[in-house]
Amino acid sequence: MVVDHPSCLGKDTRQLAKAIRLHCLRMTSTGGSSHIGSCLSIADILAVLYGRCLRVEPSQPKHPGRDRFILSKGHAGAAVYATLAECGFMPTAKLATHYQDGSDLSGHVSHKGIPGVELSTGSLGHGLGVAAGMALAAQQSGQPHRVVALLSDGECDEGSNWEAILFAAHHRLDRLLAIVDYNKIQSLDEVDKTIRLEPFTAKWEAFGWEVRRCDGHDHEAMAAAFAPSRERRPVVVIADTIKGKGVSFMEHQVLWHYRTARGEEFSAALLELEAQS
Amino acid sequence: MTATATPARGVSGNILTSDTGGATRLASAPFGHALIAAGERDSRIVGLTADLGKYTDIHLFAERFPQRFFQVGMAEQNLIGIAAGLARTGWVPFTTTYCVFATRRAYDFIAIGAALGRANVKIVAGLPGLTTGYGGTHQGIEDLALMRAIPNLVVIDPCDATEMAQATAAAAAHDGPVYLRLLRGQVPVVFDPATHRFAIGAANLVRDGGDAAIISTGLMTGRALDAATTLAAEGINVAVLHLPTLKPFDHEAVLSLLARVPRVVVAENHVIHGGLASAVADAVADAGLAVRLQRIGIPDCFCESGSLPYLVRRYAMDAPSIAAAVHRVLDPRPTPG
Repeated sequence: MVVDHPSCLGKDTRQLAKAIRLHCLRMTSTGGSSHIGSCLSIADILAVLYGRCLRVEPSQPKHPGRDRFILSKGHAGAAVYATLAECGFMPTAKLATHYQDGSDLSGHVSHKGIPGVELSTGSLGHGLGVAAGMALAAQQSGQPHRVVALLSDGECDEGSNWEAILFAAHHRLDRLLAIVDYNKIQSLDEVDKTIRLEPFTAKWEAFGWEVRRCDGHDHEAMAAAFAPSRERRPVVVIADTIKGKGVSFMEHQVLWHYRTARGEEFSAALLELEAQS
Repeated sequence: MTATATPARGVSGNILTSDTGGATRLASAPFGHALIAAGERDSRIVGLTADLGKYTDIHLFAERFPQRFFQVGMAEQNLIGIAAGLARTGWVPFTTTYCVFATRRAYDFIAIGAALGRANVKIVAGLPGLTTGYGGTHQGIEDLALMRAIPNLVVIDPCDATEMAQATAAAAAHDGPVYLRLLRGQVPVVFDPATHRFAIGAANLVRDGGDAAIISTGLMTGRALDAATTLAAEGINVAVLHLPTLKPFDHEAVLSLLARVPRVVVAENHVIHGGLASAVADAVADAGLAVRLQRIGIPDCFCESGSLPYLVRRYAMDAPSIAAAVHRVLDPRPTPG
């Protein structure tokens, strides 16, 4: 039996992205956790996904026909928690417990007790394979849902991703959408100085994927790029992003992969993010 | 452990044949047939392999249910990842590869993708311990230690064809991740299918005796029973407690036996550290029991290549070695080293 496919939430993605960024700043500062740069990098991607693309039902987070989203770069979990809270999966007040002792909002994203999170991640290179399995399940059973996995660029160093990339192309998993948050900085250095990914687009194409490239902060461009495949192939969107996007002194800075904004840095970042329209 | 045979030249054992250990009764591909039966009962069951279908007996399931079988290719990490995705969508995936590839290559994926989220993934792994002569790359000698250390995971080492089939059915019925050692091809029948009952987490006292105990798992139980028969002829009555489930561990069965018979040989088709002997030693120490314990298993080394009969003697894992170990625990003198 084919199950219902919920509707898109239809939210103002600009407002949603702004809210995600503000939550992430507060959450990582209060909890003393890392990865604010990674969270700011994907805030627009998440806003477009949850605001305009994913068909989910916050009142029924386990709705069998829901689209599935997996944050493979689990270290940016704060951004997913913030998005889910803004979309009504949990109260926004709960975000204040992020990374606090005894809280279930862990630093790396966890599905345990968190409505709307599909998979706990944090060990990189896991999300795409699981997403491919979910897409295979949808394909084989004729269910309508799509599966989206959001990867980091540095994460593409992990060989397991390329196993999943082969598999998804072989099985023509057109319900699968991979998005790479290509901010060109990984944990301790630039991607190009760590392990080069380029020619990145050509690699995915050579593996048989439908490749789309866009600005990962341009909401209209992303909404178009996230559309389903018309070629019976898995789709990857390589989203060119800016690590730390939205806070001038964090942008393009490897420092803000791990650093926590506190004191004057926190206040300055808050002012910048609040000023955005 | 000392060598008890002269080294063989070359590899006379064939990876494609099972070690039948001279058994008189054999059953063909018990896992493959049991998985088909489970698949007939439960349409959620699907099969996956990392390019080892024929060598893990899952090709039978693939032939019966071609639409429910998926080839992942030589990619064990992705094998578990895909299975986790299927499981999280309500399916019951049975995955097959060899013990070494599942546990060494895909450990992180089993821990995170399968166990952490209690995904309903079954990992059926061939060539456990010394069931292949292909040396250290293929002999899964430490898989039980690795799997036993992961929370939420059920770990099973079946004795024979009867238990292989029953454990497959039990794994299918269990809601959660399972690591199941595979006995493939022509598999000895030790237990009578009409009377033997495997249950996850339950030990099985297959023979009672008051002089000493053998606690064993996997195919070692067949050898333990042979040793017990030999010892009985010498007037030594040995209990044999078969523990097919390493995790969850049947503490009650182990402790009640060893409280009564505090002289035990633990026999496993695995390195002697981190597997059954360690689990028994933990249980004994935690309970404060005074027990004399001898271990039969692979010492702290990677094993040689060679024929299986040679290797089993080489590493003192045959029935006579078990019987000798029983004599050692019965010897009142302190055990050296």
